Amino acid sequence: MPMAAEDIEGMIKAALPDAVVEITDLRGDGDHYAARVVSETFRGMPRVKQHQAVYNALGGRMGGVLHALQLTTAVPE
Amino acid sequence: MSAHERIDELVKNNDVVLFMKGSPLFPQCGFSSRAVAILDHLNVEYASVDVLQDMEIRQGIKDYSDWPTIPQLYVKGEFLGGSDIMMEMYEAGELQELVEQHGLAKTG
Repeated sequence: MPMAAEDIEGMIKAALPDAVVEITDLRGDGDHYAARVVSETFRGMPRVKQHQAVYNALGGRMGGVLHALQLTTAVPE
Repeated sequence: MSAHERIDELVKNNDVVLFMKGSPLFPQCGFSSRAVAILDHLNVEYASVDVLQDMEIRQGIKDYSDWPTIPQLYVKGEFLGGSDIMMEMYEAGELQELVEQHGLAKTG
């Protein structure tokens, strides 16, 4: 089963409470998403660690039920 | 040899190695295709490993890097990221810098 956008956002926010999360359903099929996550937590972290923090928040769903999530991370300006 | 050892060898013996689904000529997934396009655009010499041909590597590479998805790019023995990070680094000019810094461009 694919994941709903709200579930993805909810899981990311549960792990990174200050995060601003924007989810785009790329094809309108509930299966191919893009996420932009902005959080103070990322400051000073290498990109790989930033993405890993988001993947960890999704608790192993990434690459499984969540096949396609195009991820962008950033720190607040 | 364990999957971990085989991956270790691939990563250490190649300056640039891309673990992907399919081959550079026939990528089997949009994300792998994007990674190939970036490397081709950079004119970089790279090795590729088709994880669809080897289930042990396919699972092993995810444990090796603690990264849940394919493709994965390694440069000079270091895990750089997946296709999203490659794209971010490319757009920021960081990949181009890395290529120059390590002299990874194709010669001739």
